[in-house]
Amino acid sequence: MSNVSVDAKESAPNEDQPQVNTRRRFLTVATSVVGGVGVIGAAVPFVASWNPSAKAKAAGADVEVDISGIEPGQLIRVMWRSKPVWIVRRTPEILEELGRHEDQLKDPNSEAEQQPTFAQNRFRSMKEEYLVLVGICTHLGCSPQHLKDGAFEEVVEGVPDGFFCPCHGSKFDMAGRVFQNVPAPLNLVVPPYQFVDDNTLIIGSEAEVV
Amino acid sequence: MSGFLAWIEARIPMMRVANMHAIQYPAPRNMNFWYVFGFLATVVLINQIVTGIWLTMNFVPTSEGAFKSVEYIMREIDYGWIIRYMHSTGASAFFIVVYMHMFRGMIYGSYQKPRELLWVFGMFIYLALMAEAFMGYVLPWGQMSYWGAQVIVSLFGAIPVIGPDLVVWIQGDYVISGATLNRFFALHVIALPLVIVILVFLHIVALHEVGSNNPDGVAIKHKKGSLPESEKTPYKIHEYYTDKYDIADDVVPFFPHIVMKDMVAFCVFLFAFCYIMFFAPEMGGKFLEHPNFEIANPLKTPEHIFPVWYFTPFYAILKAVPDKLFGVLAMFGAIAALFALPWLDRGAVKSWRYRCGFHKVNLIVFAIVFIFLGYLGGTPQENWKIVASQIATVMYFGFFVALFLYSKNEKTKPVPTRIPK
Amino acid sequence: MKKLMFLLAFLLPGAALAAGGNVHLDTANYDLTDKASLQNGAKIFMNYCLGCHSMKYQRYQRTFQDLGIADELGQENLQFTGEKVTDYITRAMPEESASVWFGAAPPDLTLVARVRGADWLYTYLRSFYVDESRPFGVNNKVFKEVGMPHVLQPLQGTPRETYETRMIDGEEKQVYVGIKADGDGALSPEEYDQAVLDLVNFLEYTGEPARLESERIGKWVLVFIVVLFVFVYLLKKDYWREVH
Repeated sequence: MSNVSVDAKESAPNEDQPQVNTRRRFLTVATSVVGGVGVIGAAVPFVASWNPSAKAKAAGADVEVDISGIEPGQLIRVMWRSKPVWIVRRTPEILEELGRHEDQLKDPNSEAEQQPTFAQNRFRSMKEEYLVLVGICTHLGCSPQHLKDGAFEEVVEGVPDGFFCPCHGSKFDMAGRVFQNVPAPLNLVVPPYQFVDDNTLIIGSEAEVV
Repeated sequence: MSGFLAWIEARIPMMRVANMHAIQYPAPRNMNFWYVFGFLATVVLINQIVTGIWLTMNFVPTSEGAFKSVEYIMREIDYGWIIRYMHSTGASAFFIVVYMHMFRGMIYGSYQKPRELLWVFGMFIYLALMAEAFMGYVLPWGQMSYWGAQVIVSLFGAIPVIGPDLVVWIQGDYVISGATLNRFFALHVIALPLVIVILVFLHIVALHEVGSNNPDGVAIKHKKGSLPESEKTPYKIHEYYTDKYDIADDVVPFFPHIVMKDMVAFCVFLFAFCYIMFFAPEMGGKFLEHPNFEIANPLKTPEHIFPVWYFTPFYAILKAVPDKLFGVLAMFGAIAALFALPWLDRGAVKSWRYRCGFHKVNLIVFAIVFIFLGYLGGTPQENWKIVASQIATVMYFGFFVALFLYSKNEKTKPVPTRIPK
Repeated sequence: MKKLMFLLAFLLPGAALAAGGNVHLDTANYDLTDKASLQNGAKIFMNYCLGCHSMKYQRYQRTFQDLGIADELGQENLQFTGEKVTDYITRAMPEESASVWFGAAPPDLTLVARVRGADWLYTYLRSFYVDESRPFGVNNKVFKEVGMPHVLQPLQGTPRETYETRMIDGEEKQVYVGIKADGDGALSPEEYDQAVLDLVNFLEYTGEPARLESERIGKWVLVFIVVLFVFVYLLKKDYWREVH
């Protein structure tokens, strides 16, 4: 009855006949590899579909801001990629303050690699007068408060202006530089931006280097 | 087995189940290409679940947002169009493989004793699948979604006394509306998939309890002690089966033999599937109907309303009967008759290979009538089609009546006790 | 307002209902890979259609990218609505006045090619003819009682039903031979057909912007499946060799 040959009968349940197995092993490996490539390929659309959509990208496009109306000392907020971005017009007094408390800061010269190169200095800005920051604490993502005209003295003695995060008490000065002994590890992020003219700022991209 | 695997095995019997139901599971060696559609249906089910989950990530189930969000997926999500087409093509593919799977059961008598429950579970899966597909088709909120839902939901209005109130209750409004869309969405993405997965599980449990049928309808499990050693299978079969039965030299292990066969079928299926998906996802207006690319408009009915192709045979039966209530009854009767198949067929022989010539003719005519009904239900109404669909409807039911009558004292060929070479 | 819409939908079947019938449709041999044709189609759409019809599921930027037009160039020459290049292609006319002027708001055209088909659009846009009994002075062979003016008339010229005298069975009869323009349009009949074809091409593109990408990826997927099939088939044969 059986149409299974005697040889094959033995080889079927326990595969240890070399001539059968070399071919089979090769085919098994080859099929698995090709199949694996297929699975990875099939996963691509599913993974890629989690990227920001065209809608999100359009909403995350560069934002143009008119800064002509900002009064000295004033902070305005704009949305960029659904995040608050602060633009502060710093007075000469505030700029002068920045040099006085550098011994209390974690990274006074912004050496950590997280900002455009123009921000790796005391003022952390393209034009000293205008400070542009992403208003999100580098600790756990709360938005710090702007305490000014001496209100910040309650948080850090001798420093009249700064930013204070109500969530976990992180403190930043008027250049977004983080103070020592607070939970936030890094200075506030400076987004890429450029001045189109004296009154117009574009947040989201830096001018191309000529 | 390493210590870790043994530790797991002592707590959850993974290897035992794998051996019992795959590696050492006896499957008839003569299962032909008709036997791949169950596997393919499982593949499509997984495809529908995975792509469905991904679609819900961006779909907006409101009457204002649904249509727009589908176009958003098609245009603005990276590769969203692939995921959407996988889902829409998958819906039609599901019915293709399920219809093949059902017809396989019919020609080889896979519904007969002892597989009646297996068949009934399968029919429940089919029913749940129809509900799932219908509600899914409403979600893109195009013209066909809207008016198709309108027509199908109106069918319940044919029920005496409670009908009209029932329709309003199903709709959650006086017409098909955002409320209807919302509840259909909930049922489509959560309730019915859950039901289908549970039913599929039961279907497979029932299958493995009685074992697969085969094209010869020959039993592979024999009474303990009835087979000489030389006629027993050389393959390692799980004790669960060998303790109770003698397993004949007619089987192969499910893994790898049947799995490899299924994989070959899978490649062929995948080729056809991907061809349609990438090159003709509308399939000439059959898989994605043209009017459905227009947003639902309650003021304007499309010129011709058809359900999607997989419902059209039953839709033709509905239209063939000139009375609304009896039309609906005929349509549900057409499905009920399939449910009753194990008891309508009184024959003792399973496979059409060994049954009378008339049975073969009856089955082939039935298949042709079913396809013809599908054609009639999916094309614009013309005068000749009314009579044609009435004749076809009678022939549809005639299959079951004839089967019931001739199967009692049918002249059959002798069935072998072992699978022929 | 809703009531009015409802009334209009029934009173003006031409404006609200799809035209059917067994009109012969000419084949539109559009070519989605023909960028020049698509660009011209986009130009015609933005200039002649967008006044009334929106294309609200499609963004300018995506369109420019797919058609090989630089953002700035596109914004200057093709973008007449919206502000940013990332905006959707919305129409200039507000929704309310649309309903008042035309009885029903002119439909969005993003997906019109998938609803009607390219052949229908190609024939429809070449089937307007002068009919003074209609509100806009034109009717359409494909879409009877159409509720839309012939906006492409400046290109085509005044289209009239034309009859010729022919001898049939020994009798002279007036035979309808189609629509001919008066020659007062900017384009010759052949140029007009090409312009309409370009427009249809563009509408085919917007109906399914991923079509070309789909076919490009699809080819590789099919090749891959054939390779997979070969290995799977050989392995299956290897396992089953000992069985049969």
